Amino acid sequence: MSSKTINIIVKIWRQNGPHAKGSFEDHALKDISTGSSFLEMLDVMNEALANKGIEPIAFDHDCREGICGMCGAVVNGTAHGPEKETTLCQLHMRSFKDGDTIIIEPFRATGFPVVKDLIVDRSALDRIIQAGGFVSVNSGSPQDANSILIPQHIAEQAMDAAACIGCGACAAACPNAAPMLFIGAKISQLALLPQGQHEAKTRAVNMVSCMDENGFGNCGNERVCENVCPKGISIRHIARMNREYLKGSFFRDE
Amino acid sequence: MSWFIQTCRSSLGKKYIMALTGFLLGGFLLVHTIGNSTIFWGREAFNAYAHHLHSLGIFVPIFEIGLYSIFFIHVITGVLLWLQNRKARGPQKYEVQTNPGGRTWGSQTMIYTGATIFVFILIHLANFHFVEKTEVLTISDIVTKVLNNPGFTLIYIIGMSVLALHISHGFWSLLQTFGINDPQYNAPIRVVTWAVAAIMITVFVLITLLLVVSQNQLLG
Repeated sequence: MSSKTINIIVKIWRQNGPHAKGSFEDHALKDISTGSSFLEMLDVMNEALANKGIEPIAFDHDCREGICGMCGAVVNGTAHGPEKETTLCQLHMRSFKDGDTIIIEPFRATGFPVVKDLIVDRSALDRIIQAGGFVSVNSGSPQDANSILIPQHIAEQAMDAAACIGCGACAAACPNAAPMLFIGAKISQLALLPQGQHEAKTRAVNMVSCMDENGFGNCGNERVCENVCPKGISIRHIARMNREYLKGSFFRDE
Repeated sequence: MSWFIQTCRSSLGKKYIMALTGFLLGGFLLVHTIGNSTIFWGREAFNAYAHHLHSLGIFVPIFEIGLYSIFFIHVITGVLLWLQNRKARGPQKYEVQTNPGGRTWGSQTMIYTGATIFVFILIHLANFHFVEKTEVLTISDIVTKVLNNPGFTLIYIIGMSVLALHISHGFWSLLQTFGINDPQYNAPIRVVTWAVAAIMITVFVLITLLLVVSQNQLLG
């Protein structure tokens, strides 16, 4: 496949630290290959900046194959950019046209303070996971494969929820800055399976209260999250979280 | 009781409060719609309906207090959620505001339509409820008097349209909040929630228009 090149203007957010005042900076980039990924375009820009003696733009990334959840920024107003079900690292420059101005901003939410430029502190999501506790799976000699029966459609749903990579795009895009798609997915992947059911109620209550403590907002059922989720996770998992929380609050059986 | 207070204070607890009070207010609206549609059968039927309601005696003020409480809980919780969400969103807005999908006119404007409905209800109560308590006119006379004023006709039609927008998101949203979401039912749920909102609002708008077009409807 032949790749052509485009000239673009990048309008990118620069911010020195969590309390520093940030602003946009314009950079004109020439001859960007449409075959390069979005992060490669940023690499090219950073190299040019470094050569000029300007500090490169800080951005998060790791696997660059769409499965680790490290990367993420808001491109032209959409978390992870214009392609559906695509992480920022898997977005390619062929999604843009010659002469385009691309506006790049960090994920914004009170729960995600900016560390530097496009890097935000998403450790709140880790704290929410920790609040959910853990599942004990006994190791040792394997039991019979059919001793725990899980219907195929339940396994599929649990896998759909488990596809969440914890990137935080749901909270970043949510008009109310609520990471409920994230929590819904994490609660669902465990609540659907036998190993996770024992603690499903307390898990839901603890994770939601941790979310509240970390300064996130409340779900308004606006459904923006499922439209920006790079893993295409559905809000039916938020509905399951709502059910689990209802059970956990009113029917705790303790 | 501490668990109950803790639940009500949590983000999901507030959502349940919104959903439950919203559902009850919707239920009231439905009964209000059915009751008011007696207007289509003329003065006698409408006044008889009002008379039946008043004959409930002590239950009327009890029901009123309950309804006001539900209404104010809905309003106060809604405002608290709005303030909390604004704080969570942070002071720095996105440079580019887009809708990547999902948001509707209704969902985007809940707080504004809510505030408008609040003002509308104050006007509505001032028009009918408080007047009815002090004046000797029958309810049909009061309705005719108010809705024959072009200003009020406009206010009522705007109020109803805003209410329709609010319910178009609210009804579906409360089901989602209670965890009712299944691919098998989602499409019919969406249609039914819109249809119920549309039918209720159409009846109210028709009542308003009826009195503009046919001023003698309630004069008997």
